[in-house]
Amino acid sequence: MIRDITLGQYYQTDSVVHRLDPRVKLMATFVFICSLFVVDQAVGYLVAVLFLAFAIRISNVPFRFMVRGMKAILFLLVITFVFNLFLTPGEAVFQVWKLTVTREGISMAVKMAVRLSLLIIGSSVMTLTTTPNNLTDGLERAMRPLQKLHVPVHEIAMMMSIALRFIPILLEETDKIMKAQMARGASFDEGNLLQKAKSMVPLLVPLFISAFRRANDLAMAMEARCYRGGDGRTKMKPLHYEKRDYAAYAVIVSYLAVCIAVGRIVPWAKIL
Amino acid sequence: MEIIKTEDVVFEYIRRDEEGNVEGITTAVDHVDLGVMPGEFIAILGHNGSGKSTLAKHFNAILMPTEGTVWVDGMDTEEEKNLWDVRQRAGMVFQNPDNQIIGQVVEEDVGFGPENMGVPTKEIWERVEESLRAVGMYEFRKYAPNKLSGGQKQRVSIAGVLAMHPKCIVLDEPTAMLDPGGRKEVIRAVRALNDVEKVTVILITHYMEEIIHADKVFVMDQGKIAMQGTPREIFSQVEKLKELRLDVPKATLLACELQKSGLPLPSGILTGKELAEALDTLKNGRI
Amino acid sequence: MALILDHVTYEYGSGTKLLVRALNDVSLVIPDGQFIGLIGHTGSGKSTLVQHLNGLLAPTSGNIYYNGEDIHDKDYSKKKLRSKVGLVFQYPEHQLFETDVFTDVCFGPKNLGLDKKETELRAFEALKQVGLPDDCFYQSPFDLSGGQKRRVAIAGVLAMKPEVLVLDEPTAGLDPKGRDEILDLVTSIRRERRITVILVSHSMDDVAEYVDRILVMNKGSICYDDEPKKVFAHKVELEAMGLSAPQVTDMMYELKKAGWAVDTAVTTIEEAKREICRFFPALAGLETGK
Repeated sequence: MIRDITLGQYYQTDSVVHRLDPRVKLMATFVFICSLFVVDQAVGYLVAVLFLAFAIRISNVPFRFMVRGMKAILFLLVITFVFNLFLTPGEAVFQVWKLTVTREGISMAVKMAVRLSLLIIGSSVMTLTTTPNNLTDGLERAMRPLQKLHVPVHEIAMMMSIALRFIPILLEETDKIMKAQMARGASFDEGNLLQKAKSMVPLLVPLFISAFRRANDLAMAMEARCYRGGDGRTKMKPLHYEKRDYAAYAVIVSYLAVCIAVGRIVPWAKIL
Repeated sequence: MEIIKTEDVVFEYIRRDEEGNVEGITTAVDHVDLGVMPGEFIAILGHNGSGKSTLAKHFNAILMPTEGTVWVDGMDTEEEKNLWDVRQRAGMVFQNPDNQIIGQVVEEDVGFGPENMGVPTKEIWERVEESLRAVGMYEFRKYAPNKLSGGQKQRVSIAGVLAMHPKCIVLDEPTAMLDPGGRKEVIRAVRALNDVEKVTVILITHYMEEIIHADKVFVMDQGKIAMQGTPREIFSQVEKLKELRLDVPKATLLACELQKSGLPLPSGILTGKELAEALDTLKNGRI
Repeated sequence: MALILDHVTYEYGSGTKLLVRALNDVSLVIPDGQFIGLIGHTGSGKSTLVQHLNGLLAPTSGNIYYNGEDIHDKDYSKKKLRSKVGLVFQYPEHQLFETDVFTDVCFGPKNLGLDKKETELRAFEALKQVGLPDDCFYQSPFDLSGGQKRRVAIAGVLAMKPEVLVLDEPTAGLDPKGRDEILDLVTSIRRERRITVILVSHSMDDVAEYVDRILVMNKGSICYDDEPKKVFAHKVELEAMGLSAPQVTDMMYELKKAGWAVDTAVTTIEEAKREICRFFPALAGLETGK
């Protein structure tokens, strides 16, 4: 059911990763993702896996929560795997019907699958250990230089945080309206594509109306509480770096160094 | 001096059809004069569509009167420069608990108002703590709002307003969407604010039991103030309230029925306890 | 013929650290024609229970039978069940979506595959029954008042001609007169259509006057299932669950405390009046003289 969607949800517990400054975690995620596309050998991936395992270990989040996020993209993963497997040209290994599987294809497919999985799990470490608010705060601070280019950084961050706050509410509402229409004999999974699209009207119209009503109410509530954009606003939880944040930066830099070193020192480790 | 004062306030809105042509003008608030003194507990009653919410939105400068003037703490709400001061002085709590909580953690939501006002960080934390304690929600400060009950969410909203250090809180049907337990906890919190913190309270509701402790009640109908007085005065007019689609507390209703059967009970009985006392005097006096 | 719940348990969130048992071994028989009040505070499982009655939720364990048939049998039509067990959700006006009231009410019967004539006839009947003025039939539902919208939404379910009508807090958010009007409407629907009605509420006062039988839910179980007076006798236990006895009953307790030998099983104003008048014999003549 709808409430089972856990992708990117915050997992409440206490750990050093939870307490890190969101900017550090953003940077770490960024570096980690880059490293996945830089490294090209088994050893490189091993380093990435070790780094990720270390991060998960100290984050105190059960591993199954990371895996649960994978479920949502399993389809994407399979598609990528299959496409790479069959569509990479190179030395043929065997043939299935009219499709040729190549050595390069297998290598590429495995590589992409590993990359994608690491990428998803890696970013879910960030979202599972950072409250969405903290995350938007981090983004706001990280994007601050863009303000000089007249990018409405505060507004973007505020919108993101409100959207995140309302996702569970709107999901619940969708569930409710869907059930209410089903109680009136509607079905959402019958017929061809056109009929299906048509059957969405009784769901979408009330949902939109409700979303607008909520937006209206919220805007009024924010104004009533003196909200007037980012100017002159103070922060309840201003971001500042602690010792552990600098330590984390050091870890990230060393990780990056190891990744690069592995690529240079052990070229023989290149798979295939 | 009155904390809130309205003089001859009219609010009209224009109804338009699909093409944008004017269909007609609805007068939601129709020549309303009222004054609220600091520290008072005021209740505004009225059926759905009687104009009570529209009037309430004038106290916080969310709506501006079409005619007449609204003063909040001596400031004319229509003057641009007063806007943020008005909103800080007269805080507002709305009906739907889900649509007014901005933060994703209770304490962050309560801090939202002070952040907007530019209060220094250290003081925000002090204000958040004292406000959450005042409504009895301090233990829940780290919770996500989605995990709270309706009554708890409304108490968080009240704390959010309280953290702005208002002189007056306007609550627009804060209990309409709650269950009886939730209603009780919210009303208890509101009464505590009025008794302990001396905050002026304007409570808009259509639950009669919630306002028997109010200092003064205004009853609205068709945008006008149809009745005003103490709860006792208002509730002694059972028939008139029924005409206005309202009700009286059950004890008042029972007393009224007993009067009809010939018992000479005093009018304006509000609680079961008062009824018992009145019946006692009657019994000992007559029989 | 009846609706039967046989040891129904419903759990969600399995596999996470928060396994919630929303219904805990509920067994229940709802015979035809009863007027039932279902009471419990928010989160007691009453909404979950009613969603089982028309198959919107399927029990984790246990069975539900309607007129002797298991509703979760493979070839049992859910659509037909939903037309027989009509469910009006809380704030039902939020599901209106058509451009005019009449078309919206037609939505239910149309989904049942009825022809145009029958559909429109039913919609017309339902709208008449909920007392919506004729000139509102072709208006946009969004232009109506709150109380009228709710009537339209109820008509939308009535048009399916249910044999069991379940209403989840039909009076929420309405003013006192509006609340009375809706409750009177429900009573008249029941009388005219001779159907079973289940009224979900968290107000004892609302149900005390209307229903024959009260189900009290707490933490996913049914803890009282009896006629109103017998349920209200458990005043202390009800209060411990965050519920309360009707205000009139509370008043009678108040009188009793003050030394009056009144019957505390009284639940309505009318009964309370008679009970108190007993103590003033001088009034008896007046009363009978009326």
